[in-house]
Amino acid sequence: MKRVLETKEVSGSPNWLTTRFEELIKWVLQVTRVDKAVNWSRANSLWPMPFGTACCAIEFMATAASRFDFARFGMERQAFSPRQADVLICAGRLPFKLAPVIRRIYDQMPQPKWVISMGACASTGGIFDNYAMVQGIDTIVPVDVYVPGCPPRPEGLLYGVLLLHKKIKGESLLDPALRQEQPLDERGLRLPPETIDEISEPFGNSVHQFRSA
Amino acid sequence: MLSWPRDTPGQQYDYLVDVTAVEYRDRERPLEVAYQLRSLERRVDLRVKVELDPRGDLTVDSVVPLWRGANWLEREVYDMFGVTFRGHPDLRRILMWETYAEGYPLRKDFPLRGRFSRAEQVRQALTANPEAHYSMEELSIADGFAELPEDMKERLRRGERGKLPHSE
Repeated sequence: MKRVLETKEVSGSPNWLTTRFEELIKWVLQVTRVDKAVNWSRANSLWPMPFGTACCAIEFMATAASRFDFARFGMERQAFSPRQADVLICAGRLPFKLAPVIRRIYDQMPQPKWVISMGACASTGGIFDNYAMVQGIDTIVPVDVYVPGCPPRPEGLLYGVLLLHKKIKGESLLDPALRQEQPLDERGLRLPPETIDEISEPFGNSVHQFRSA
Repeated sequence: MLSWPRDTPGQQYDYLVDVTAVEYRDRERPLEVAYQLRSLERRVDLRVKVELDPRGDLTVDSVVPLWRGANWLEREVYDMFGVTFRGHPDLRRILMWETYAEGYPLRKDFPLRGRFSRAEQVRQALTANPEAHYSMEELSIADGFAELPEDMKERLRRGERGKLPHSE
C-alpha cells in the first residue's frame, strides 16, 4: 500500500517531468544536429539539372564556367540525367510544347529536389505573353527560388543558389513534405485552374492587350 | 504554274528561298502566299504571290514536286495560317503540336494569347505525351517500323498522339 503510494508520488512529481523534458531536449538536440549535418551536406553538394532553353542558358553556362564557377558552391557535377540531380534550373522561356517535358524531368528527379526558375521568362513568361508560352513555370512544377533578370547575370544566379542553400539549411528531416512527391491532380494540373489563370494574368505593358481578337 | 519560271530557259529560278503567307489587317485584301525564288545561275530574285480569299477555302497547289525544300516551308504555312497545300506529301503541323486545337496562330482573327484560358492551355499541354511526337506518316519511322521494339509499335498503332482536332 505504501509502495503504490510512493510510485504515485514519484510519477506525479515534478522530478519525472524534468527527466522527460531533459530527454526531449537531448532528442531535439540530436535531431537538429543530424539535420544540420544532413542539410549542410545537401546544400553543399547540389547537383544541378540544367534545363536551358534560351539566352538565360548562356548566362547559366557562364556561371558554370571558370570565371564565376559555381563548383565553388558544391555544384561541381552537372547532372545531365534527372535521376542523379538535386536541383532543376530552368533557364529560359518555356513553351507549352516543352511543358510535359520539364514536368517529366521533374517527376524523374528523386526527392528531395528543388527548382530554380532563372530569368523573367521562366518565372512569369516575361515579354512572351502569347499563345505559345507558359506564363511562369510555377504553373507546371513547384519553384523554390525565382531569379529575376533578363537574363540574370551570373552573380544573380549565384545569389539564387545561395538563397537555396539557406532554404535547404532551414529544412528538417522530420518534415515529411521533403520526401513526398507532388503529382499532378486528376485534372492533370498542379494548381487549381483559377490560380493558374490568376497568376498568368498580364502585367506591365501587356495589360493593354485583350484576350479577344 | 511555278514550273514555268523554274524550267524555262532564260528564267532558271532553280532555288526556292522561302514560302510564307501574309494576311493584311484590311479584311478586304486577300491572303497572300508568297514564294521567294532565286536563280543561282542568273543571280536574280523573283517573288511570286498567290492571292487567296480568306473567307473561302485556303487551298493552293503544293510546290514540293518542284522544290523538295518546300516541304517544311509549306508545313509551316499550313501550321500558322491554315493554308492547305494540294498534293503535299505530309501536310501536318510543324511548330505547334499536332493535337493543337486553338486554330492557326498567325491569322488576324487569332487572339494573341490564344483562344483557351491559360489553365486550359496548361492542362492540354501537360496531358500531351512528349514521346508521342513521331507519327507513322514520317517516312523514316514507317521504313523502320519492323525493327521497332514491340511496345513502341503498339503505341504507334494505338495512335497515342491523342485526338487530332480535325480528325472527325
